[in-house]
Amino acid sequence: MALLEVEDLRVAYGKIEAVKGISFTVEAGEVVTLIGTNGAGKTTTLRTLSGLLKPLAGKITFEGQPLNGVGAHKIVSMGLAHSPEGRRIFPRLSIEENLQLGAFLRKDTDGIAADIRNAYDRFPILGERRRQAAGTLSGGEQQMLAMGRALMSRPKLLMLDEPSMGLSPIMMQKIMSTISELKAAGTTILLVEQNAQAALSLADHGHVMEIGNITLSGTGEELLHDESVRKAYLGED
Amino acid sequence: MHGLPDQLANGLALGALYGLIAIGYTMVYGIVQLINFAHGEIFMIGGFGALTAYLWLPDGTGLALALPLMILLGVVSAVLVAVGAERFAYRPLRGGPRLSPLITAIGLSLALQQAVWAFYPDAKKARPFPQIGGADLDLGFVTLSREDLFIFVSAPICMLALGLFVAKTRTGRAMQATSQDPDTAKLMGINTDRIIVMAFAIGAAFAAVAAIAQGFKTGEVNFRMGFIAGLKAFTAAVLGGIGNIYGAMVGGLVLGVAEAMATAYIGDIPGLEQFGGGSWKDVWAFILLILVLLLRPQGILGERLADRA
Repeated sequence: MALLEVEDLRVAYGKIEAVKGISFTVEAGEVVTLIGTNGAGKTTTLRTLSGLLKPLAGKITFEGQPLNGVGAHKIVSMGLAHSPEGRRIFPRLSIEENLQLGAFLRKDTDGIAADIRNAYDRFPILGERRRQAAGTLSGGEQQMLAMGRALMSRPKLLMLDEPSMGLSPIMMQKIMSTISELKAAGTTILLVEQNAQAALSLADHGHVMEIGNITLSGTGEELLHDESVRKAYLGED
Repeated sequence: MHGLPDQLANGLALGALYGLIAIGYTMVYGIVQLINFAHGEIFMIGGFGALTAYLWLPDGTGLALALPLMILLGVVSAVLVAVGAERFAYRPLRGGPRLSPLITAIGLSLALQQAVWAFYPDAKKARPFPQIGGADLDLGFVTLSREDLFIFVSAPICMLALGLFVAKTRTGRAMQATSQDPDTAKLMGINTDRIIVMAFAIGAAFAAVAAIAQGFKTGEVNFRMGFIAGLKAFTAAVLGGIGNIYGAMVGGLVLGVAEAMATAYIGDIPGLEQFGGGSWKDVWAFILLILVLLLRPQGILGERLADRA
């Protein structure tokens, strides 16, 4: 049984169907990526998995438990963390308060303190500015904070939505190498990215989404060498 | 009560009262972007709740003994009505057009006024409120009326408690997170519905305390008392920067002092004699609001709207 199973998922905004019946699975310990252009339905898929949107139809199963109809604030406690598109850190709270909120449902004070230290080890800049309002951080630093915050719930599945969006090439590299470190440490990740090259090089499996459907699936390697993918998403003619 | 320090004390008492009510507008707005126009009526119901508690007690019960019970029943009745309004009037409309809850709030405000008018015994006219009584307190540099003592003690306690709650507790932090970004707050595991209920409840409790203060000040409660008090408190919330709890109190104090000063001194300015006295005080309050909106639209302590991404 896979950690996450999505079966024929359909999501609509009013009458407009953004996700038109997709199925995929994520096995424990692997990195799965959804790639595709803007408006393909990738973010909608993640927002539905974390409970912010209600599916029109289909089945979502996490560790054998159905997720349909479970409130967003309860899904976190089941082990699914979501670092949303655009980072969405709490701008007027301090960096440390943002991290503490990531552990909102945990009661183990010592464990939380240890995980905050880990986050500072991983991203030293966050530790240096721990008392500063998170809104004063640069885009890349905010992305580090968003990822650190999502990890604070000790998730079984980490969902990252466009972690490299709007970042400088150097910062993008830093974020991507953090993701591969997390992968090496055994974290299960569902990654949505527009930077297909970087995402597919990291991923065990990938799915190409186009206007609400999955049009192509394969291992990261296979997709990276697929001609149509290279043409459409890797900028080759 | 004519010297400058006395007028200042008078204005601060009035302002603290506006500030306590304004907290309710600002907290609800900060979290759900709703101007709860029924908040003035929540305040009024708090006043009637306190009066009810007083009437239940045997005749001749001292006010010192009665006051805790009056506060308790005032707060409980205001909180129940506010939480009920949130649950049954506002929550079903959440996520819909912004105008729907606003119109609902106006309707609810009228309905609550009429309900008290129709069902509370003898509420068709003003009902006398128990009085603190006794001579003014002469502190040397300033004279305080005994009625104002209640607000001078209760407002700082309320503000201090709220400030500590929001800044230091886990739930307070969840409240800040919810007001900054409700969807992401849910992703942290915060039950935002519960946070919203809490914002309504805290606002209602503070309004009930303010209603008791006003009851002492004016010697009565009536079913219409929420209208002007609510309008003034809303002004205070906007003045201070809506969404900011300290702004609400600062806005209230500025408004109260401005009103007291204008009432006391504008009539002394040559050429403006006919504008002196209490009957013009609401005009000065709203002129102040218009000035602030023109010169500093985000309010005294407000954040620039650009910060609210």
